[in-house]
Amino acid sequence: MKPPRHLRRLLPYVARHRRGLAWGMVCLLVRTALSIASPWVLRHAIDDLTTGVTHEKLWLYAGLIMGIVVLEALFLYVMRQVLIGISRELEFELRNDLYAHFTSLPARYYQAHRTGDLMSRATNDLSAVRMVLGPGIMYTASTLATFVGTIVFMLRISPRLLLLSLVPLVFVSFLVRYFGRRIHDRFESVQAQLSEISAVVQENLSGARVVRAYAQEPYEMARFQAANEEYLRRNRQLIRMYGSLYPGIQLLMGSGAVLVLWLGGRMVVAGTITIGEFVAFGAYLTMLHWPMIALGWVVNIFERGEASMGRIAEILAAPAEIADPASPAPVTKVRGDVELSHLTFAYDGKPVLHDIDLKVPAGSTVAIVGPTGSGKSTLVGLIPRLFEAPPGTVLVDGHDVRDLSLGTLRGAVGYVPQETFLFSETVGENVAFGLKPDAAREERVRWASGVSQLGKDVADFPKGFETFVGERGITLSGGQKQRTALARALAIDPPILILDDALASVDTQTEEDILRGLRGVMATRTTFLVSHRVSTVRDADLIVVLKEGRIVERGTHDELVARGGFYADLYRRQLLEDEMEKTA
Amino acid sequence: MSKAGFHEDDPVDKSYDRTLLRRLLVYLRPYWAPVLASFLLIVAMAGLDLVGPYLTKIAIDRYIRQGNASGLDTIALLYLGSLLLAFVVRFGQVFILQMTGQKVMMDLRREIYAHLQRLHVGFFDQNPVGRLMTRVTTDVDAVNELFTSGVVTVFGDLFTLFGIMGVMVAMNWKLALVTFSVIPLFFVVTNWFRAGSRATFREVRKWVARINAFLQENITGMPVVQLFRREERNREAFAAINRQHTDANLAQIFYYAVFYPAIELLAALATALIILYGGWRVIAGTLTLGALVAFIQYSERFWRPISDLSEKFNILQAAMASSERIFTLLDTEPKVVSPDEPVHLETVRGRVGFENVTFGYQPGTPVLQDIDFTVEPGKSVALVGATGAGKTSIISLLTRFYDVDQGRVTLDGVDVRALDPAQLRSSLALVLQDVHLFSGTIASNIRLGSAIPDERVKEAARAVHAHRFIEALPGGYATEVRERGATLSVGQKQLLSFARALAHDPRVLILDEATSSVDTETEGLIQDALRVLLQGRTAIVIAHRLSTIQHVDEILVLHKGRVRERGTHQELLAQRGLYWRLYQLQYKDQELRDAPEAEAPARA
Repeated sequence: MKPPRHLRRLLPYVARHRRGLAWGMVCLLVRTALSIASPWVLRHAIDDLTTGVTHEKLWLYAGLIMGIVVLEALFLYVMRQVLIGISRELEFELRNDLYAHFTSLPARYYQAHRTGDLMSRATNDLSAVRMVLGPGIMYTASTLATFVGTIVFMLRISPRLLLLSLVPLVFVSFLVRYFGRRIHDRFESVQAQLSEISAVVQENLSGARVVRAYAQEPYEMARFQAANEEYLRRNRQLIRMYGSLYPGIQLLMGSGAVLVLWLGGRMVVAGTITIGEFVAFGAYLTMLHWPMIALGWVVNIFERGEASMGRIAEILAAPAEIADPASPAPVTKVRGDVELSHLTFAYDGKPVLHDIDLKVPAGSTVAIVGPTGSGKSTLVGLIPRLFEAPPGTVLVDGHDVRDLSLGTLRGAVGYVPQETFLFSETVGENVAFGLKPDAAREERVRWASGVSQLGKDVADFPKGFETFVGERGITLSGGQKQRTALARALAIDPPILILDDALASVDTQTEEDILRGLRGVMATRTTFLVSHRVSTVRDADLIVVLKEGRIVERGTHDELVARGGFYADLYRRQLLEDEMEKTA
Repeated sequence: MSKAGFHEDDPVDKSYDRTLLRRLLVYLRPYWAPVLASFLLIVAMAGLDLVGPYLTKIAIDRYIRQGNASGLDTIALLYLGSLLLAFVVRFGQVFILQMTGQKVMMDLRREIYAHLQRLHVGFFDQNPVGRLMTRVTTDVDAVNELFTSGVVTVFGDLFTLFGIMGVMVAMNWKLALVTFSVIPLFFVVTNWFRAGSRATFREVRKWVARINAFLQENITGMPVVQLFRREERNREAFAAINRQHTDANLAQIFYYAVFYPAIELLAALATALIILYGGWRVIAGTLTLGALVAFIQYSERFWRPISDLSEKFNILQAAMASSERIFTLLDTEPKVVSPDEPVHLETVRGRVGFENVTFGYQPGTPVLQDIDFTVEPGKSVALVGATGAGKTSIISLLTRFYDVDQGRVTLDGVDVRALDPAQLRSSLALVLQDVHLFSGTIASNIRLGSAIPDERVKEAARAVHAHRFIEALPGGYATEVRERGATLSVGQKQLLSFARALAHDPRVLILDEATSSVDTETEGLIQDALRVLLQGRTAIVIAHRLSTIQHVDEILVLHKGRVRERGTHQELLAQRGLYWRLYQLQYKDQELRDAPEAEAPARA
């Protein structure tokens, strides 16, 4: 086995609990010692039975056995509580640290990693590590202690018998280890095939129209059946493996008992050992069964834990990238001047924005339009440092955004993302997402909901602001979700407001209402409006058309319509669309 | 079919259990021989497990205590023999039983899947794919548990238990009774443990689910968390959930920490009783020392079957819930069914007719009203209109994904509902906007499951200009399509689906043109391929391309479920009506396609 490079990272965690661990180990040792004493009592009881014994003595033996076991049970109880309990505490701490690290990782980290994969590391892999810290450590210690203890007593009975009867038991460890690994591998292979079956079903069901249209049902059946047959084949291999593991263990352990009976019996006849020792020896051998199984098992636990810890360590090693500057600029109140200066930005090597120059004075509104993929979202995402622009290219109140503390910068930006993301809490909680839980909170929520035209809808909900938003906003309509996200951004009273195509899902009438409500709010704030709708952007102080990462048109509505470019075309289409809409 | 029938947490009414069980047993019938074999093996196993302690007793009483080592060889050989036999029996039992379980699952899965193939397309619009997948995988697994860990092993446990008790009684019934007095305590402790740990286990599961939900949401929404500076507070919120999870686990440890010592305590109690009472009988001479030792060994084997038995109940419950969900699905009747005596057309000419068709997905809200048109064989018609005008519904009716509410849809004058579905569908080919690719090779995606020779596959690909890019792929036609064609461009997927349709050589082509814009070169290829595809076939096209529209024989302009205008391109433009406005909006730029600036913004 390789040295546990990754598991070593856990040492500081373990060290924090060293007193508890020591106490657990003491219990473990006492408990093992007591359990080893039991067969010794049995030995004396049986020897006395062969030579004649009083009733009082039998009571004494029975009492001794019970007394020892009661004590043993007590220590066993404390041992499990302490040792397994500590492993749960360690899991708790590790998971907290992992989550804390998640909160420091930048947006692009989450775009580069699949959620399912990160989840699996925070759950499955963490469980595997926990197995090392709990059962792994506990069984290693108890196996060693039992092993040493019983061997001492068995040696006292007969070294020769010990040596011979141990032979099959050693194989048990190898068997468990060997089969344990293979069973794990084959199990994985069975699971992989099950995913394959799922994939076939998924593909078939989501392509139901094609399957029906081309009358492919029989072929699809055959394909499914083939996947099933493969699944059966892999299961056969797995069953063959685990079908032989348990009977194999039974066989080996039984062989040990046979050896004791055969050889030990002769020794009793020869007078080398007493019959009591013969029975006690058998009992000790039985006591070794579980530790021998555990030994093979524990090695696998450590192996798996090491691999899992490696995957967790990978996350913990990911740098935060976007972090507070060492010495933030002394800004507490942001006015809202935004300047983009010679901004060129590439994402994963692909250029997204080219040499953007844009000055937005505090309190003015700039609209950004352009075809999909022209870089609009990226541009506005650079202001609150969702992505990191090159130094000196994005300035707020004259300071490079990199020089402002993240708290100050992001606290000054109300951001409504293109894809609405709500949390599964109440509507009120979602609106108040960026607010501190103080007295003014409720009032702010009401005000923000009013401006975003969310309040009317909330009033119709039976539970008002206490209405629970289903997972990722299932119970709300698309428009209601967007308005909730808008209210959430307004609630923090930001000097800079960014609406990234934030009104796409609300109907035209509601949009007009929202815009009317926003007008007052926007008058005192710097506003970035990304939109496809002319109606949303026409009143902006400046309209910028972005195409393939470059600003191709800029001006007011009237200027751009007069120019007859992209914007003018967009305007013409929308007029027609409105006309279509009105045709009954 | 009711949607409500598929909810995950349907409570299972106990009175169904017996009906369900009877229905489940039907699946075991083909495997009665292996089931019986497994059953016999389990009985044999229970018997063989009794041998060891009994041989020990004989060894002690007859040989060891008599000072006679001569018979020990035989005893040891017998013992070893029983162990080897037990090994074989045990392996055979596990293997036969588990394999049978796997085969039963396979049958069940096949039946569910086959049923899903029969169900109408509308069913899949109403039931999420993920939920249906659970039926085929997780639920089937739960039913399997019933067979493998349930029914058969219950008997095994009972045999073991009664076997041990029988041997004990035979050796010394009084000592047996004394020993049996511990059994109820075993049951009490085990049941206490099961009940308690089940409750805590449920609690743990609940918090695991909460942790997962929290993580899932926070990992997906981390930018929002960061933008609103919620890192600190969410850390606290997470720690709170995490704490609850840990506490639930700690509560669970308590049950385990009590259970294991309690079992040891009871085993020791049995030993103490045997020593006390048995020892007294030994002194009195009514019990041999060997029997006493055998008693101690037997008493150690009591608790496993007892604790197994109490576990079975849970498995049974879970399996019942799953089987009910499976049977609800199997009992769902397909809405679009083949006629009992289908009409079979000698040759399909390809005349398509819609006669006063009215249709809605929900009763009372028609999506199509009084649709009436005919497409003569070899002619083509284009359906145009805004989103929601009913274009897609028309093609869904022709392919019988849905059936009409009023009126009729005909092929060569015969109602499609009266036709043999196989003939209907082999006369049609459907090309959808979203090209659905199956895992497999490029060739298998063109051919699908039909018996189309390689030559025809290539010919079709060549005719629609797909051949060139396919040949350029690393494996040519044998290239594996991964992740539903993620490596192919939109245009390439389009051409591939054209090749698929052409290879099937349908009389009627149904095409939902893709809206997505592709580069000019591919666009040219697609246009050319379309001409090939339409040649000599009846075609119904949901058109998004001006060039397509200009080449069809008739244009139907749909608006809110009705045909509002019909005629050729020029005729309709001259009317200056709905079509004219649509044209201005959607197609006008396409005339200017050569000019680079005229590219239309992608429309939702």
